[in-house]
Amino acid sequence: MEAIGVLMMCPMNNYLEEELDRRFKLFRYWTQPRKREFLTQHGESIRAVVGNASAGADAVLIDALPKLEIVSSYSVGLDKIDLIKCEEKGIRVTNTPDVLTDDVADLAIGLMLAVLRRICVCDKYVRSGKWKHGDFKLTTKFSGKRVGIIGLGRIGLAIAKRAEAFDCPISYYSRSKKSNTNYKYYESLIELASNCDILVVACALTPETTHIVNREVMNALGPNGVLINIGRGPHVDEPELVSALVEGRLGGAGLDVFEKEPHVPEQLFKLENVVLLPHVGSGTVETRIAMADLVLGNLEAYFANKPLLTPVV
Amino acid sequence: MMAGELTIGVLQMRPLSTYLQEEISKRFLLFKYWQVPPDLRREFLAEHAASIKAVVADGVRGADSDLIDALPHLEIVSSHSSGLDKTDLNKCRENGIRVTYTPHAMTDDVADLAILLALATMRRICGADTFVRRVPLMLLQFSGKSVGIIGLGRIGSAIARRAEAFGCSISYHSRQPKPNLRYKYCSSVIDLASNSQILIVASALTQETHHIVNREVIDALGEDGIIVNIARGSQIDESELVSALAERRLGGAGLDVLEHEPEVPDLLSKLDNVVLSPHVGANTSETRKAMADLVVGNLEAYFSNKPLLTPVL
Repeated sequence: MEAIGVLMMCPMNNYLEEELDRRFKLFRYWTQPRKREFLTQHGESIRAVVGNASAGADAVLIDALPKLEIVSSYSVGLDKIDLIKCEEKGIRVTNTPDVLTDDVADLAIGLMLAVLRRICVCDKYVRSGKWKHGDFKLTTKFSGKRVGIIGLGRIGLAIAKRAEAFDCPISYYSRSKKSNTNYKYYESLIELASNCDILVVACALTPETTHIVNREVMNALGPNGVLINIGRGPHVDEPELVSALVEGRLGGAGLDVFEKEPHVPEQLFKLENVVLLPHVGSGTVETRIAMADLVLGNLEAYFANKPLLTPVV
Repeated sequence: MMAGELTIGVLQMRPLSTYLQEEISKRFLLFKYWQVPPDLRREFLAEHAASIKAVVADGVRGADSDLIDALPHLEIVSSHSSGLDKTDLNKCRENGIRVTYTPHAMTDDVADLAILLALATMRRICGADTFVRRVPLMLLQFSGKSVGIIGLGRIGSAIARRAEAFGCSISYHSRQPKPNLRYKYCSSVIDLASNSQILIVASALTQETHHIVNREVIDALGEDGIIVNIARGSQIDESELVSALAERRLGGAGLDVLEHEPEVPDLLSKLDNVVLSPHVGANTSETRKAMADLVVGNLEAYFSNKPLLTPVL
């Protein structure tokens, strides 16, 4: 398979990169200074694209790669891939579901706990020697808080299962009510936000869910409410989020994702009621290897005419 | 309120919450021990011993032997804590002094913090937060790891229940195996450490549990192991712990308590594989109010000749 051209969109994982290099003819898109020229020159040789949460295969790229047959995404989110265009052109698409579900759910709970119990501020308090001069202030209890989940897919359910063990009542909003759960369903996001203490974004990013958490939703969540985002930055209207936090209309936020990563609004840096993470939801050693193996496994299956492991299209 | 109750002297050792202090002052004559300069304490006690019939102790400062000797009219110690290692129970028993505590109020909060410390240590939540705010991370998966709990009382059980929701396997060590449990019992702490990746100290501090986590236990846990301590600092041999962390013989630690708190070993405060919090296990507004209500409730019950709410002795 060494002759098969694979275009990797950005650095994502050394192990994955080395393996792609070993098994295929790897082109590293991010190292090309003149990308338009590169695509004109090499476009015809590329039969596969490996993307991730930052860069995938949009319409422009797909048009520039006439021999493209498969997009294997190193992510579960598909918002960076033009799925409609892929379907039209018969291009296969795979992602990495399931292997990262636990990690992302763990981090969602971690963020909820970290925001309410102010662990990052606490840790600094100890290291700076302030503890010698007085006890840390009281924070907020997590157990028993009402958790509202936007999107009850694999990740949403995994979050619910964990939060239940802390006696958190669970409710959710999604396009339609799920028949296989007993969690309370709300027909509108505003209603969900008005009736929970912690609201977590766990749905896929689509045009419909872009900015689904807007000013009204944040006001409904309120000055004691906490927003957790382990989905995609564009799920939340970020400038509105910043004002809501700075003005105290929203109680706190735990954010793993941002609208224009890696850029993070600086007004958030001074706030003690937020915890900011650099998109590490699935970023554990174990899971990243499992994701890489899925990307490689899908590519190998495709080019050996075997069934894809985790197809989307 | 009983007539004459305002003449009952209650000595509170440390500031715990404004709410508690106010509630005690409404009903009793409150003496604030923490406001007395250390060199004047002996005099203070001599002056007020005749009026002091009750002591409000806590997890950091209690009614030790010297204090009991200085207060011949002491009848009840109402401890604002679940741990009683700072109160001389034997001396209380000998002198017919009643003792109460606040066993249930804090269980959820402390269990929440234990899970948070494990998650924050393994997923480097504080380090990642600092990284975003300006200052590349090897993160470990939490879900599915083997958790070993020293002490399976209320708090240990509450931790186990939460960890199970993350797919963790649970083993434990305690003086006796608990019947009818699905968790694996280990008859020694070394055995427990050899079979776990995350070791959580949740036992009461007694003579037997002093330094129960020593070098051998740390070695058995190993370089991928994580220790979480939400109990008492002196249950871990701290100098051994710090060397093991610095030399990477131990993977990481999440510590809410230290042997000589609020003193923090310099070396410990510089490590990136630890998360430190300033003994905040039960320090949420909700739980502190519940604890204060129990402390006051016990005092009221005692001085109205009613059964104590949560007696130890």
